[in-house]
Amino acid sequence: MTLQETRLLTKRMNDRPADSWTMEAALATGAYETLRTALRMKPADVQEEVKTSGLRGRGGAGFPTGTKWSFLPAGLYPRYLVVNADEGEPSTFKDRELMERDPHQLIEGVAISAYAIESNTAFIYVRGEMAHAHDVLERALADARAQGFLGQNILGSGYDLDIVLHRGAGAYICGEETALLESLEGRRGMPRIRPPFPAIAGLYAKPTVVNNVETMATVPHIVGMGGAEYAKLGVNRSTGTRIFSLSGHVNRPGNYEVELGATFRDLIDDLGGGVTNGGTVKFFIPGGASSQWLVNEHLDVPLDMDEVGKLGVMLGSGAVMVFDQDTDPLAVAWRLVKFFAHESCGKCTPCREGTGWEEKILYRILHGQGRPSDLDLLLDIGDNISPGLNAPFSQTTICPLGPSSVSPIVSLNKYFRDDIIARCTPSLVTMLTGNGLAGNGLDGGLHR
Amino acid sequence: MFSSDNLQRAREIISRYPSSRSALLPLLHLAQDQDGWINDEAMTEIAGLLELTRADVYGTCSFYTMFKLEPVGTYVVSVCTNVTCLVTGGPAILHHLEKTYADDPDVFVEEVECLAACGGAPALQVNYEYHERLTPQSAEQIIDAYRSGQRTARRISGGPR
Ligand SMILES: Cc1cc2nc3c(=O)[nH]c(=O)nc-3n(C[C@H](O)[C@H](O)[C@H](O)COP(=O)(O)O)c2cc1C
Ligand code: FES
Repeated sequence: MTLQETRLLTKRMNDRPADSWTMEAALATGAYETLRTALRMKPADVQEEVKTSGLRGRGGAGFPTGTKWSFLPAGLYPRYLVVNADEGEPSTFKDRELMERDPHQLIEGVAISAYAIESNTAFIYVRGEMAHAHDVLERALADARAQGFLGQNILGSGYDLDIVLHRGAGAYICGEETALLESLEGRRGMPRIRPPFPAIAGLYAKPTVVNNVETMATVPHIVGMGGAEYAKLGVNRSTGTRIFSLSGHVNRPGNYEVELGATFRDLIDDLGGGVTNGGTVKFFIPGGASSQWLVNEHLDVPLDMDEVGKLGVMLGSGAVMVFDQDTDPLAVAWRLVKFFAHESCGKCTPCREGTGWEEKILYRILHGQGRPSDLDLLLDIGDNISPGLNAPFSQTTICPLGPSSVSPIVSLNKYFRDDIIARCTPSLVTMLTGNGLAGNGLDGGLHR
Repeated sequence: MFSSDNLQRAREIISRYPSSRSALLPLLHLAQDQDGWINDEAMTEIAGLLELTRADVYGTCSFYTMFKLEPVGTYVVSVCTNVTCLVTGGPAILHHLEKTYADDPDVFVEEVECLAACGGAPALQVNYEYHERLTPQSAEQIIDAYRSGQRTARRISGGPR
């Protein structure tokens, strides 16, 4: 059977492609009805629905949302809800579309969630580069206030909520939840040591919940249909739908919302239209740049967070990157590691120093200057950042950014070790001319 | 120095937050949209508004890649070369634009990380407006369309015109 999309979060934008972002389109398609329902429930009952739904965070770690909410200490106010809209994980582009094309779904989700956790102030931290998403949300928030969906005494319920829109300024690390809180407080975006966890002492040292955009946008659907009904979608502990950002060598790259449990092959072939130019998949990255890789033989693995986890990889942020038979895995690994080296905030030594070393070594192998021992040297550096080189990561660092840089290296070693070592025996010509770039197929060469 | 309009906006922004320091990034964006970059006077003024030291402001500002501590002309062109763009032609676009605008003080070409536009790779932004599915030639045409006034650019920090 051909895989079809299951549209919950992407329904409005699909049905009203021209104006799904407007209040008019939102109201005509049922927006804010669930908010009305939720405000007549007790906050604890709204929380219970989310718990029952089995919803797990869509930002990367997959932590159960209802459980996260329940960590807030009883009776302590104010408490804050912070929406993580910093989407920077390479090849993830679902949150941007959710904000640009259906801001009212997100706002409704934030309002219901804030009510459920008894917060009167929420923040949406939008990645700085997403100027358009910011403007769309700014407008949508003003419209929602004008309609009485935000502000004082919302829909006559006695509940007050203010949502503050905040722009970042270019730093991947600010997607990490404690770095995000630092940044929101007006500081350099450097992760905090936990404990205390944000639920106990987060923004302004107050109890705080941080949730991803897609997680928030799912909440109205859960409360609307009931947690138990939502839990019937998906498989095992991966309930519901998720939006997968499919990119790379596929004919129809884009965001696809599917019920969890379908396979990577279904996603790539049925929705993505297969590999470009009739090619084959050499390797693919199943859940964002931080994940380890999979290869052709894994295409029938189901989109199930736990099944995927058994292979030492993750569904992470839902970004599936496909690379065809002609792709140089070394070039991809180097570019990803260069990303982590660039984005390391510099707080922890193993990450600050280690990611830079990894990048330089990969660069020299890529340019025909590698040494036969280089791959093992890379693994040794990696082991100092993420002891054991396993996933889920162990870490000598405060946050998982450093360990993420090791994923491409472990993957190279697992699937392409012989190739890489063969390339680490520099010819006399490349040593003399310093020119190892020719013939790697990447037009224009590679920037350091 | 903030214009009187912007000073009023700055005070309104500060009032949104439980703690005034949270307004630091938004005020830096406001200053950059006004002046085209973050200069010393702006940092001093913001420090005064938020009751911070200038070192606090500079220390925070210098962490974030969107804040330019030197003038960058009229257009910041941010070209992605992260992996999806890497395998679909991003580096060639970057090299072409770097060469084309090497001596042009109006156009600042920079290499950036994934812009969350990989569905339309290769991608770039001009003053934080997205352009997708590009070739070196179409990228150059887009920049020229801004320069000839056929397209209206956002401000340098991405604020609306
Ligand atoms: C380096 C790093 C970057 C991250 N970037 C993001 C991001 O851009 N968006 C996001 O929602 N979560 C990101 N996360 C995960 C967050 O720390 C956090 O787990 C998430 O926002 C929680 O929301 P959820 O439970 O709804 O998934 C990142 C984590 C790390 C370590
Ligand atoms: S890799 Fe270029 S936009 Fe994502």
